[in-house]
Amino acid sequence: MSGSLLVDSLAHAVFWVVVGIVIGGAALAVFPRNIVYNILGLIACLSGVAALFLYLGSFFLALMQLLIYVGAICIAIVFAIMLSRPLHLEVPKRRMPKLAAGIGAASIFFVAIAAVAWKTAWKPAAERGADWTITTIGHLLLTRYALVFEVISLVLLVAIIGAIVTTGFSRRLSS
Amino acid sequence: MNSLSVYLIIAAALFSLGLFGVLMRRNLIGMLISIELMLNGANLNFMAFNRFLAPEPAVGQIVALFVMGIAAAEAAIGLSLILALFRRLRSINIERAQRLRG
Repeated sequence: MSGSLLVDSLAHAVFWVVVGIVIGGAALAVFPRNIVYNILGLIACLSGVAALFLYLGSFFLALMQLLIYVGAICIAIVFAIMLSRPLHLEVPKRRMPKLAAGIGAASIFFVAIAAVAWKTAWKPAAERGADWTITTIGHLLLTRYALVFEVISLVLLVAIIGAIVTTGFSRRLSS
Repeated sequence: MNSLSVYLIIAAALFSLGLFGVLMRRNLIGMLISIELMLNGANLNFMAFNRFLAPEPAVGQIVALFVMGIAAAEAAIGLSLILALFRRLRSINIERAQRLRG
């Protein structure tokens, strides 16, 4: 009994550590002016979100988060940073009224959403399935959501071709 | 720990940090990073509602997967546009791209 209590409190502690990583990584991704710190913060934040998915009961989504976001998108952004050398380019200082307006807008949004989330009495659905397996996800992807699945693949194809064409044409024009 | 509100507030914090970044950064790659943060906040919301309220647990995971696919497409297009703009302007500061103003 005390063993399970220990495991429970350990899981609690790890959960709050993960939340700290997520929020700290997000702050690191937004506030510093050096873009390399931003991308490091983004990687920390997305890995923390993957751990939160694990807490929410979906191992598959946690793996996908690590693969797609950390493995693909962050590495693509790192490549873009390497190709565009933005570190050596000077950026003018932020102006104070703009900064205040941005902080005001973001904090108003956060307070409103947090108040709604806290005040609402959420009611679960009357009948809830307990089917979290990858098999069900695969079946649904190929039956009920087949059209969306195909459209997503089409969008990805168009995005790949568009990315190649955009960078290729601009290189030909500038050289 | 196991309550819906905690997850919703974490997601709201992620989203508002991303909103602040989109409003404040002038580095185009910084803005792209902030957009990724906002998408992750939305994704976390989907998964939290899926875990605590939804009738079918598979549907929320499928929606989160679609969001990830769209985010990958958006990152590819955005980065290639940023690279094209950098080759033209030698800068990725958004305020230098005045020629795009209508």
